[in-house]
Amino acid sequence: MPEMKSSLKPMSRRSPFRLRLEPRLNEPPRWYPIALSFGAIVVALIIGGIVIAFAGGDPFRSYAHIARASFGSIGVLSDTLVKATPILLTSLACSIAFRMKLWNIGAEGQFIMGAFGASAVALIPIFPPETPAWIVLPVMMLGGMAGGALWGFIPGFLKAKLKVNEIISSLMMNYIAIAWINYFIFAVWSEGGFQMSRMFTDNAWFPRLLDYAKTVPFFRGLTTHAGLLLGVVAALIIWLIIYRSRWGYEIRLIGDNPNAAQYTGINITRNTVLVMMLSGALAGLGGMSEVAGVVHRLQTSPVAAGYGFTGIIVAWLSKLNPLAAILVSILFGALILAGREIQPSGIPKMIQGIILVCLIASDFLMRYKLRIIRAGEEA
Amino acid sequence: MNTTQQSNVTPSVQGDAHFLVEMHGIVKRFPGLIANDHVDFNVKPGEIHALLGENGAGKSTLMNVLAGLYQPEAGIIHVKGKPVTFSSPRDAIEAGIGMVHQHFMLVPSQTVTENILLGLDKPRFRLNLREYDRVIAELGERFGLIVDPRAKVWQLSVGEQQRIEILKMLYRGTDILIMDEPTAVLAPQEIDDLFKTLRAMVAEGKSIIFISHKLQEVMAIADRVTVLRKGKITAAGLDAHQTTRQELAKQMVGREVLFHLDKKPNEPGQVVLSVKDICAENDKGLRALKGLSLDVRAGEIVGLAGVAGNGQRELAQVITGMRKCNGGQVTLNGETITNHSALFGILRGVAYVPEDRTHVGTAPNLSVTDNVIMKQYRNSPIDRHGFLNMPVATKFANKLKDEYDIIVPTVETPVRLLSGGNLQRVILAREISGHPSLLVAVQPTRGLDVGAIEGVHRLLLDQRESGAAILLMSEELEELLSLSDRVFVIYEGLIMGEVKIGQAEPTYELIETIGQMMTGTPLAQVRIGEVEKNA
Repeated sequence: MPEMKSSLKPMSRRSPFRLRLEPRLNEPPRWYPIALSFGAIVVALIIGGIVIAFAGGDPFRSYAHIARASFGSIGVLSDTLVKATPILLTSLACSIAFRMKLWNIGAEGQFIMGAFGASAVALIPIFPPETPAWIVLPVMMLGGMAGGALWGFIPGFLKAKLKVNEIISSLMMNYIAIAWINYFIFAVWSEGGFQMSRMFTDNAWFPRLLDYAKTVPFFRGLTTHAGLLLGVVAALIIWLIIYRSRWGYEIRLIGDNPNAAQYTGINITRNTVLVMMLSGALAGLGGMSEVAGVVHRLQTSPVAAGYGFTGIIVAWLSKLNPLAAILVSILFGALILAGREIQPSGIPKMIQGIILVCLIASDFLMRYKLRIIRAGEEA
Repeated sequence: MNTTQQSNVTPSVQGDAHFLVEMHGIVKRFPGLIANDHVDFNVKPGEIHALLGENGAGKSTLMNVLAGLYQPEAGIIHVKGKPVTFSSPRDAIEAGIGMVHQHFMLVPSQTVTENILLGLDKPRFRLNLREYDRVIAELGERFGLIVDPRAKVWQLSVGEQQRIEILKMLYRGTDILIMDEPTAVLAPQEIDDLFKTLRAMVAEGKSIIFISHKLQEVMAIADRVTVLRKGKITAAGLDAHQTTRQELAKQMVGREVLFHLDKKPNEPGQVVLSVKDICAENDKGLRALKGLSLDVRAGEIVGLAGVAGNGQRELAQVITGMRKCNGGQVTLNGETITNHSALFGILRGVAYVPEDRTHVGTAPNLSVTDNVIMKQYRNSPIDRHGFLNMPVATKFANKLKDEYDIIVPTVETPVRLLSGGNLQRVILAREISGHPSLLVAVQPTRGLDVGAIEGVHRLLLDQRESGAAILLMSEELEELLSLSDRVFVIYEGLIMGEVKIGQAEPTYELIETIGQMMTGTPLAQVRIGEVEKNA
């Protein structure tokens, strides 16, 4: 404020430069948001480095270690991608729901129910043991999507018909989902008293790169599985739906202004249910991919590992853009993987947190800009 | 203009005690534009000084400078002869300058008294609210600002909330009250009440700065008028009683404005819209329409006159399928459309220009393209087997942009960045481009500046000539009379009567008749009254 006052005087004799925040009156160029996000990550890493230095560590060595542990070799890169796969699918689930301003916090539960649905296909002897994988896996995918879609349908229907707040209902559905699979693991499908189901037979495993190591030796030990491909294809399809389809147009319109959507003759009730089901189905597909590609059995801790919640963050950071979600998911996969390398908990999680805060704070510069004012220049 | 330049050469360092407020050579810049370009302005004690100009002329900016919200880059302000610099609204209030903004700044869950006391030093800790309730009730009575001090703000109408804002300033001892477009949110009778209050304040020696872009209001209330155009003064302190509306309009827009529209004689065709005995409830579940009937033919504009809140909104919603009615029938070209979906009507050629441009008519964060295809995206060629053909959509948007003079850098621009007039052009372009058989337009010119209003009127008349049936709802009687072929008058959900408007200038009797119907006298009774008067 004091410098504002001084600007009333004809000449101000102060420092040669002043900084001023001004609201942005027109849209920033296309490259700006991307550059801003990168800038925010760099700032976050600098802050994180200072903290590491205070904790007595060498920030450069720590970061180098993190980079090596997530991208340093083809092996760890593959592990990063394995971690990114479930996050990608849950973030797509959140993206499409958030686009319509449906706050689906239940991707975690939908993910778990997807894992359950897929496991049910694999564990219940509906197929003869020799059924080829190309029949079993698609049916598992359908089972997973159905499980997730059902878990999305319930809060969606309650929202559409009875105006029940979907944040609360979808969040609560998460706990029901955990209790639901626990029941099956502890009782119905328990293997020898352990809290896990039996291992799936080979035809219920997603193909992994290492399965082809005999023909391509380079793939030896690489655990990246078909779920990644599934995720990328899903991202492309969701992008097409949101930006290029009639349905996606309706979703964007409802999300931006439900009154205008109603005025345009769009059925909001039906779309609420459908979008929640699609969101649930995507998260459920993530659950399927995790049991078919990584866990190979139904077990609580590796399935209910919080991928649904990470998906919320990734969806936001990618600005609800499905293609950006691919990159952000890989970044988060790397952070989760490398974090465990340097410390089981603590600093790595904190760096994740700092990155998040910086990215969210950088949004401020989407709406405001800094202007440098030289002395003598009229502001 | 001349006066502006003169004062630049010799800025008077000493204020003139004759004036209550003097602003000299005020410059305020925003990125990319000069909102105030060396503006001079003054206020005498005990006068109502109108600040007139189109949207974006810099009126609000200048007054925000005076009220301490903005700091000018150059210029001097004198209050009561002394130079002042305000760094916050608090400084301005201490100097006796208070501003009532367009958007009220009240706490809905608190009472009137609590809102007025908010931010003051006294009372310090223990609120003796009863005592203050009394003081505020007395203050209100003195100026004709009747409002219950113990009512919670959320329960009050917009007009009452405005009174609280004025009381807030009076309680703080304001001598100079700035009112930013105070009538924009008010119903006609509330405007009369406001004007009475303003006159009562002037009678007590206070001065009022009245920001407006409405000529008739300025002529009705102001003593002096200053006109701003594009950040510069075009007329300084004119005597309102010595000038004409045409003259002011010219200063405002920089060219002659046609008040008389070129309405061609037109023989209306067959009945397009027929509304019979419609009953419907409003959002609160109260009866808003009580068996209303009217009809609109092809190639005519039918006006619906009435004070806001008498069922106009509900009627428009029932016709466009956005509200269910619980009795009666709506037919479009002979087909019953009663209680079908909005989509049902859209597919049969119903276009609708809603009252609320930003909350109903457009999706603010979506692009111009996305906003203009709202009614077309279901049809070929924009729709291609469930997908949107974006090149076709973009071409369509660009075509409308050129045809309807929508001023945007590109059609990818989100519409929230558009001015009110441009936004209305987007909506009209979208609705008209579908060649509707029926166009329902509710308050299509509200809040627009003179130039934009003219454009909207032309578009409506063009539609009339091309054979569309138009139902126009407006609170501006003048607009209805100049555009309509027939006018229905609505009062409490019923039609009071119908009058035909000829090509000639509407007579005073006609306006009087409509006015009586607007306050609840059916046409038959108005006529009987006239006969008695004549006899």
